[in-house]
Formats: sequence, C-alpha cells, structure tokens
Amino acid sequence: MISFGAILLVSGILFAMGVVGVLLRRSALVILMSIEVMLNAANLAFVGASRSVGSIDGQMFAFFVMAVAAAEAAVGLAIIIALFRQRHTTDVDQVSFLKW
Amino acid sequence: MVMQSLWLIPLLPALGFVALGLAGARLPKKAVSIIACGTVLASFVLSILCFFELQALPPEHRHHVDLVAQWIGPLELDWAFLLDPLSSLMLLIVTGVGFLIHVYSIGYMWDEAGYARYFCYLNLFMAMMLVLVLGSSLPVLFVGWEGVGLCSYLLIGYYYNKVDCADAGRKAFIVNRIGDTSFIFGMLLAWQALGGTFDIATMLASAPTVAAESPWIVTAIALLLFGGACGKSAQIPLYIWLPDAMAGPTPVSALIHAATMVTAGVYMVCRMAPLYVLAPYAMLVVAIVGVTTALLAGVIGLAQNDIKKVLAYSTISQLGYMFVAAGAGAFGAAMFHVTTHAFFKALMFLASGAVIHALHGEQDMQKMGGLRRHLPRTFLCFAAGWVAITGVPLTSGFFSKDEILYKAFLSNPALWALGVAGAALTALYMTRLMALTFFSPSRMSHDTEHHIHEVPPSMLWPLVILAVLSLTGGLIGMPASWFGHSPFESWLAPVFEGPESVAAVADHGEHGPEMLLMAISSLVAIAGIGLGWFFWVTRPDLPRAIAQRAGPVYELVRDKFYVDELYELIILRPFYFTARMKARFDETVVDGAVNMVGGAMEVTGNVLKLFHNGFVRNYALIYLMGATAIFWYLLS
Amino acid sequence: MTPRELFFWADAVVAVLTAGMVLLHRNAVVCALSLVMHLCTVAVFFVLLDATFLGVVQVIVYAGAIMVLFLFVIMLLDPKGEGVTGRMGNIQLFVTLGAALLLVAGILRILPALAVTNAGGGAAVPEGFGAIRGIGEALFSTYLLPFELASVLLLVAMIGALFMGKKEIVE
Repeated sequence: MISFGAILLVSGILFAMGVVGVLLRRSALVILMSIEVMLNAANLAFVGASRSVGSIDGQMFAFFVMAVAAAEAAVGLAIIIALFRQRHTTDVDQVSFLKW
Repeated sequence: MVMQSLWLIPLLPALGFVALGLAGARLPKKAVSIIACGTVLASFVLSILCFFELQALPPEHRHHVDLVAQWIGPLELDWAFLLDPLSSLMLLIVTGVGFLIHVYSIGYMWDEAGYARYFCYLNLFMAMMLVLVLGSSLPVLFVGWEGVGLCSYLLIGYYYNKVDCADAGRKAFIVNRIGDTSFIFGMLLAWQALGGTFDIATMLASAPTVAAESPWIVTAIALLLFGGACGKSAQIPLYIWLPDAMAGPTPVSALIHAATMVTAGVYMVCRMAPLYVLAPYAMLVVAIVGVTTALLAGVIGLAQNDIKKVLAYSTISQLGYMFVAAGAGAFGAAMFHVTTHAFFKALMFLASGAVIHALHGEQDMQKMGGLRRHLPRTFLCFAAGWVAITGVPLTSGFFSKDEILYKAFLSNPALWALGVAGAALTALYMTRLMALTFFSPSRMSHDTEHHIHEVPPSMLWPLVILAVLSLTGGLIGMPASWFGHSPFESWLAPVFEGPESVAAVADHGEHGPEMLLMAISSLVAIAGIGLGWFFWVTRPDLPRAIAQRAGPVYELVRDKFYVDELYELIILRPFYFTARMKARFDETVVDGAVNMVGGAMEVTGNVLKLFHNGFVRNYALIYLMGATAIFWYLLS
Repeated sequence: MTPRELFFWADAVVAVLTAGMVLLHRNAVVCALSLVMHLCTVAVFFVLLDATFLGVVQVIVYAGAIMVLFLFVIMLLDPKGEGVTGRMGNIQLFVTLGAALLLVAGILRILPALAVTNAGGGAAVPEGFGAIRGIGEALFSTYLLPFELASVLLLVAMIGALFMGKKEIVE
C-alpha cells in the first residue's frame, strides 16, 4: 500500500512548487495557475489522509475545496480582466499601489 | 491686647506689597504713596502699642508668644511670633525709621519710571524684616532672613536696564547665599544637638547642659550661625557686596544697607546670646572678625571718592563695632549701637541723597565743594549725623560707641586699643567727606552750580527728625555710672540674662576707669576731626602730595586691596571653568543621548520603510516566511 | 514494490514535471496546458487512493471547466511574456527558494514519525469507499449545510465575476 508519508511528501513538494510559482512570476494569470497547483496539493493531502484513516471526511473536504477553488478562479479572473482594462498590463509589479 | 495679634504687624506691609504688586501700575502716584506709607505707619503705631503693653508687664513676664498657625507638624514647627524687649526694640527701629524713609522716597523717586514697583518691593522688605525680627523659631527667622535678601536683590537691581546695577544685585544675593548656607548648617546642627526643636527659647534653655557635655558642638553652632551673620551684615570675608550695592536708589541704601537688613546679623547674634556666652572661642572669633573689619573698612573708606561708597564702608566699619561688642559679651551695647547707627547712618544716606539729587546725579566728591552755602538745611542735618558718628560728647553715637569701647576694655585691653584706632579713622574719613562736600572751595561746574535747589519738604522732614534723634537719642542709654542705671540696658537685660556675660560682672564696680576711657575717646574724636579739618580744609594740597608720594600704596587702598579681584581669581574662575565643562558635557553627552534616541527612531523608520514598497509579491513572501516559521514552531 | 506503488511514483514524477512547466514557461498558454496535464495527474492520484468519484469530478470540473475559463481569459488578454525577477532583484528569488526548501524540509522531519504510526500502510478499506454512493450519502446527510453554503458561494461568485468583468458604461 502507499504509505501516508509518501503522499505527504509528494503533496509538500507540489505545494512548495506552487508557492514558488506565486512568488516568482510576474504575470497575474500564471500566479492564479500556481494557486490552483497549491490547492490541488492540499487536496491530495486530504485524500491521502482520508484513505489512511479510513473515513470519508477527507474526501468531502477535498470536494468542497474544489468548489471554492472554482468560485475563486472565476472571481480572480474577473479581477484580472478589470485590472487589464485599467492598466493594460497583467504584470503585478506595475500595479504596486498597496502602499501609502 | 494688641500683643494677641502680633501677626498684624508683618501682615500690613505684606498686604501693601500684594496690592501694589497687582494694581500699582494702574493707580495714580498719590494712591501708591498713601498705600505704601500707610501700611508702614500702621505697623509703627501697632509697634508702639505693643511696646507700652509690654512695659506694663513686670520684667520677668515680658515674653509673649503669638502662635499663628502650624507649619510642619512632624517637626513641631509653627508660625509663631515672639514679643520680648529685644524684638519690640527692633520693631520700633524698623517701622519707625522705615516709615521716615518711605516718606522721603516719595519725593526722591517721584520722577522715576516704575514708581509703584519701588514701593511694592519696599513694602515686601518691611514685611520680611518684621517676620525676621518677630520670629520665635530659627526657621521663621530664616524665612525673613531670606526674604530681606531677596528684596535687597530686587531693590539694588531696581534700575535693571543698567548692567552694573543688575550685577550688583546678583552679587549681593549670591554672597548672601554663601552666608545663608552656613546659617542653615548652624540651624540644623542646633536642632539636632539642642533637643530636636527649632524654637529659640527651648533651644537656649537646653544649651547649658549640652555645653557641659560637649562644648565644641555649641561652639560649632555659634560659628556657623555667625557665618550667616557675616554674609548678611557684611563682615570679612563676605562684605564685598555692600559697596557695590550702592548702585541702587539712595533711600534703599539708607533703609536696607544702613538701618535694618545689615543689622539682622547683629540681632540674630544677640537673640542667641545665651548660646554665644557658652562658647567663648566663638565670641573671640566674633570680636576679632568685628575689629578687623572695622579697621579694614575704615582704611578703604579713607581713599574713596564716591560719597555713597564712603558711607558704605563706614557702615561696614560700624557693623564691625557692633560685633566687637557682641564678642565682648556686651549684647546690650551692641543693640544700643544698632539703634543709634540706624539714626545717624540713615540720616547721612538720606542727606547724601539730597545732595546727589540737588547736583542732578553727581556722586563724585571731587566735583563737589562749598555746598554749605547752597544747601544750608541739608548741611545742618548732615552735620548732625557727622558729629554723632564721630562720637562728639553727648551725641547718641558718643554714648553707644563709648559703651562698646568700655565693655571691650573690660574684656581685653588690646581690643579696646584697636577700637580706639578705628574711632580715630572714623572721625578722619567722615571729616574728609564733610570737608570735600560742604566746606572746601567749590569744584563744581558753573552749570551744576546754577541749577542747585534744596529738597522739598517731604524729603526734608524725615531728615530733621532723624537729625534730632541722632543728637538726642543717646539719652536713653546713658551709662550706669552717670545716673544709676541705664534705661536701655535694663530694658534689654532680661533677654540676655541667664549665664552671666563676661563684662556685666565687672559693671557695678568703680566708675573711675569708665570716665577716664570716656575722656580718652572724646579726645580721640576731636583730634580726628581736627586732623581731618587740617588735611582737607586748611591744607588740601597735603593729601594730594601724600597720595602721590605713597603711589602704589595709595592705589592699593583706593582699589579696596584688590579683594574682589582675588575672589575672582581663586573662586570664580575655577567655578566658571567647571561650569563650562559641565555645559559641554551636557551638550555632548546628555543632548547626544537624547538625539541618539531620535536618530535611532529615524533609522528604524527608514528600515521599516523598505517593507512597504507596494509590491504584492513581496508581501506574499513575508506571508510565506511567517507561515514557515509557524510551521516549524508547530513541528518542534 | 507493488504495482500500485510503482504507478504512484511514476505519476508523482509526471506531476512534478508538469508543475515545473507551469511555473517556468514564459508563454501563458503553454503554462495553462501544462496545468491541465497536472490536474490529470492529480486525478490519477485520487483514483489510486480509492477516491474514484473525486477523481472523475476533478477531471470534469477542474480540468474541464476551470482551465477552459483560464484559456478563455488568456486568449482574451493576450499577455506578453516577462521575466521572473522584475523590480525586486534577486533577493526575492533566493529568499523564496530558501523558504520553499524549508517547507519541504519540515515535512521530511515528520516523516519518520508518520512511518511508525502508519506501519500498516493502510488497512483494507470498506467496500465502496470513495464510490459515488458513499459520497452522495455523506453529502446529503452529514454535510448538508456546507453543501448548501457552497451553492450560495457559487452564486455569489458568479454575480461578483459578472459585475467585475463588466465594461464601464461611459455616459
């Protein structure tokens, strides 16, 4: 059987790669995609835990995470479109207004 | 029954001070004059009533304490005023002469700016002096002591626009402060050693037992208190402020620096007389300081050209005589000289003020002369003071000075000899003053001579009253040898009773030596006057020749033996140096530390500023770092 | 090494590779397609772990709907490719990599502990674990409230997205 530790390791590596993607890419779209990668890594961990414990709760959690991810992706893309209309760029470094 | 409300006597001038201080500038000058003189007159009337009430009591009971309010409970220190023969005498002098000088000031200060300010300060001075005189415990006395020092500063520096006046005021205050430090130590030592009380009567009662066990404590207390008296009464080494204090208005010099404040030291020593009697070494120091000061001041006064400076050094010299008397145990004689000195010295200061006023501000005697014809009435009053101070027989000064010299002789003949020398000096320099001002041919410019005018009546009447007192005031203190008993001495005796004073024991013996000594001092006085007349009226060229021949010696005397310069060198220069060092320390270290705190804030701010750059990725990175940290924390 | 394990590790390698493509490639379209591939590998993971329903849903919803949305937007905006570091220089790069490594290291730390507690490697699971029937039962009984809230959430997101994406009406 697949050990839970292995699943966690893979999930962790994928999560870390998602984080690196969020922090190092300048295109807003790619950042959103990296967020999806992170969410999927988390889902993987949930499902693995559900299997190793033997309860269905983990899978339910993953289910709802998926629903939320869908909503978030939609809204996030809408924001990017609105931003693009204003600034004509998706480069997050060009929109550094979050300071005084 | 007035005795029950002793507190009224200092209170009235204090109210005058408050009223004039708050509203004086807006009132017309007449109102200011009436308020100021009125309060002092009222205090004078109350003092007279107190005197008669006190006299009605038998001598053993002439000691009344009026407790006004509690001050510091745990120390059992109260605001209490004491009425006994000594304080009632001082009350009469202070309020009486004070009132005359207030009246004189109306005319003298009429054209000055700040008229109300002058009388405001003068009233405050009267209030403080009365607190000093009436205080029944040392701290209350000290409150008055400090208060008159403050008023002296305020009034000397009355012409605050002039640098030398302001400097003189400061000098007076600081030198007084040095004396006050000594006084405070003495007061505290007395509190600790003499029974844990500040009340004078209780202290003096427990003094004999303490003195029997450890005499050096009593001597220490006496010497420390005398240190304060040196400052207040201008004895060596703290006399340097008095000549400079002549920069203030002349009535101020008359009141504060002749009649009242400077005698506070003498009053204090006499008040603590039973204590001093128990410390013979202290009395010896007092006498030596007194006689040295008397001679030194007399010599310096001989070479001064400013009329007020001569009178200032004369005051220092006469104060020395009072301390000689106190040191010899003749406290009654000391107080008698205080009284007569108040009369003739105040008179002479006021008269010199009249002269200066007439000559429109000229104070240099070398530019005067022949004023006998121009100012006859002023001349007569001045002359009354002159004969009194030199000790011409039957004047008040004659009786008081003679009393001192006699008691000094009984204590120590060497003391007497030096005293006589001082009397000769006094006669010499006072005659010089009279000669240069009134008798010798005129050296005035024609312009000045043309504009001379006599003083108005408001200034003349106080002069006349004081002149009469100078001539006749001595009658109350005529020695026992003439009329059986001296009213003055017997009035004051209960205060100084207790342990027998040195000179009083030998008093009721033969009268032969006393008459002989009296004759000697009269001769010395007349000889001094004659010599002065010879030098400065008959042959005025002689002093000039002598001065030129003496050369550097003359300059040494004229420049006050360079005492001020010496103090400047050994005391003030190191002081300024350390002050500058401390200022530099303050600027670099203290200010630097404060600035460093500000600088640290600035640096911190600049560092933190870097975190707020608006880049979302940067903010996300910080989230990540925090999350990792928490993750690791939860792992371990 | 059972076949399952072998398959698992192979799938893991592919997942990591495609995730790497997502973060590294310049062209946004290539990134999106790599992400689709990645999502499929994750679906394989789910199936391997007896979460069959979830695996199918993953492909249909995630890879099928969400990524299509992404691709639509990419085509709409046509963004230019750009570099990594931008205006923050190399500090961002190094610190990020360092933090990520720390994260993974943390997981490695707790691995031994997990291996002890989970020595069995997972006992046999009940029949029908992760099948549609089991999920449906749980969804409509224990997890009814979250289910309803999720639908509300989707409604709100839809309205929000509509509003945000609207063109400005210029009067």
